[in-house]
Amino acid sequence: MHSRSISVLLSVMLVLTMAGAALAAPPIKIGALFAVTGPASFLGEPERNTAQMVIDEINKSGGVKGRTLQLITYDTQGDATKAVQAATRLIKEDKVVAIIGPSTTGDSMAVIPVVEKAQIPLISCAAGLKITEPVKKWVFKTAQNDSLAVAKIFEHLKKHKLTKVAILTVSDSFGSSGREQLKAQAANYGIQLVVDDTYGPKDTDMTAQLTKIRGSQAQALVCWGTNPGPAVVARNAKQLGLKLPIFMSHGVSSKKFIDLAGDASESIILPSGRVLVADLLPNSDKQKKSLMAFVKDYQKHYKAEGDHFGGHAWDAVMLLKGAIERGGDNAAAIRDQLEKTHGFAGIGGIFSFSPQDHSGLTKDAFVLVEIKHKDWVLVK
Amino acid sequence: MQLTEQLAQYVLSGFSTGAIYALIGFGFAIIYNSTSIINFAQGEFVMLGGMLNYFFLTTLKLPLIVAIVLAIIFATASGVLFERLAIRPLKAPTPLSLVIITIGGSILIRGLAMLIWGKDTHSIPSFSGSEPINLAGATILPQHLWIFGITLLVIGINKLFFNYTITGKAMRACACSRKAASLVGIDVKRMVLFSFAISSAMGSMAGIIIAPLTMTAYDVGIMLGLKGFCAAIIGGMSSGFGTVLGGLLLGILESLGAGLISSGYKDAIAFIILLLILFVRPQGLFKKTETERV
Repeated sequence: MHSRSISVLLSVMLVLTMAGAALAAPPIKIGALFAVTGPASFLGEPERNTAQMVIDEINKSGGVKGRTLQLITYDTQGDATKAVQAATRLIKEDKVVAIIGPSTTGDSMAVIPVVEKAQIPLISCAAGLKITEPVKKWVFKTAQNDSLAVAKIFEHLKKHKLTKVAILTVSDSFGSSGREQLKAQAANYGIQLVVDDTYGPKDTDMTAQLTKIRGSQAQALVCWGTNPGPAVVARNAKQLGLKLPIFMSHGVSSKKFIDLAGDASESIILPSGRVLVADLLPNSDKQKKSLMAFVKDYQKHYKAEGDHFGGHAWDAVMLLKGAIERGGDNAAAIRDQLEKTHGFAGIGGIFSFSPQDHSGLTKDAFVLVEIKHKDWVLVK
Repeated sequence: MQLTEQLAQYVLSGFSTGAIYALIGFGFAIIYNSTSIINFAQGEFVMLGGMLNYFFLTTLKLPLIVAIVLAIIFATASGVLFERLAIRPLKAPTPLSLVIITIGGSILIRGLAMLIWGKDTHSIPSFSGSEPINLAGATILPQHLWIFGITLLVIGINKLFFNYTITGKAMRACACSRKAASLVGIDVKRMVLFSFAISSAMGSMAGIIIAPLTMTAYDVGIMLGLKGFCAAIIGGMSSGFGTVLGGLLLGILESLGAGLISSGYKDAIAFIILLLILFVRPQGLFKKTETERV
């Protein structure tokens, strides 16, 4: 008898808890795929940190329409196979309504068929043009395209009537994608590429290439790579007394580049997301409020400077939040609302999606910065 | 005028990278000659030199000269440890197993360096300023002069050591015939240990003097090691001026190739030369006949 009364009591309690849970409404589940470890961890780690930070903050201030958000993160390790497995798990087991990430273009391309089939919206944090071109119904992205950075540099060159340009790109995927864009867009700005040279990602001496450039007609040098190559280029250029204005890609828009290049970094100009120069922006800048909030928050939580990689995740979560606020917790409704996002001032730029454009940014997502006395200055 | 200036710059750039290759190649030759092991971990000692120097200089904020000495001591100690733990315990060493051990050792050293210092590239200040020096229309940095000077000094000291000291002569005897050397009472194992110590010290020295120019990271050793190996092969694995000439030749060809043909072929040039030498003149470019090796 005794045991029976306990089981009755337990069932009553169970029913009560379930009713209580139903009243509070379950959290809205959002999936996240980031390369937290592995070679792309410099992307995935700040992205994961930022996404978690933003979600916590949203929940603290009452959630979305009274419901909390739950972030379920899996580490892809920058491995496309793992990314696909994790995406399937998010969709089938965790039953998420939308996914943010992955961090790299490779992972994103691998995951796209999975989300397209399951009809779950994906907001990628990778930069590759092909993620949203051609437009895929369920796929959006927040990282700026390389082509926008190229456009920003060429616009500046055109304004200063520098029409003969030498390009020096690294022979890896980042460099070759940049090289393609540089070659494709040059004619649109009336620019002639007089030298088109490359260097290896592990090369430690680029004086030969730069000597060739010095002997050419070039009026400016555009170098496309990620650390440490461009720092070697800057140092070698100084050694050779190269007088050309030097432009770098957004791939080195971090303090690390200035550390590595030292004095040789002086006067180098590069396109960068606004987050790098958040405090230098005029108050009229539409993004300033978001940027300052993100930078301060990140500093408070992780004791490190928020970078544009974290910014991609910030944008993804906030875009999603907006879509859920307007459309509810249904995957199809979220997708439709994402596509209708207009003029959202985030970290990476001002996003306006449309059925023809799922990357949502223009070249104004980048600002040109110049390095002066080992710090950034906005180029007017 | 324009072209001669360019050529001068290519040759001068080639000279400075070539000097580095020569110094690394030297380390290969010394170990090969006293043990007939090709030590593929040689490049990692170059990396260790640069990274240790960075660690002592920047992290512990020691003065440059102290940092250099400590870096060489630690790198040498790890070279000795490597010989003790990985090479000596081998019961029946065959060339193949030794090569595999040194490759394994290099992967281990690289992995440890990555765990300790992370994956970032680090820069180290130059020894004496970074104002370029103008030479006949071409420019070099003061650091290049340090590289030339130290390479010459190290090679000179080695020459003296191997020709005029008892230990040096004993090591040459081991190179000639291990059996005969041990019969006349030379402790061959000890000489092997010495050769590892000397070559890791030289490798780390190379790493230290080039780091201000090329910067350093946990994975710089692979390529530098391979280029040094090429230099040693061109020079016929001699620890005399053959390897120096081999290194300089390699550096200049690379630089001319990158400048006049295409930079895409820069590394290919080194390895094509390596293959050609191995096919056509396996005894090296500068060697007349099989005489002494050291």
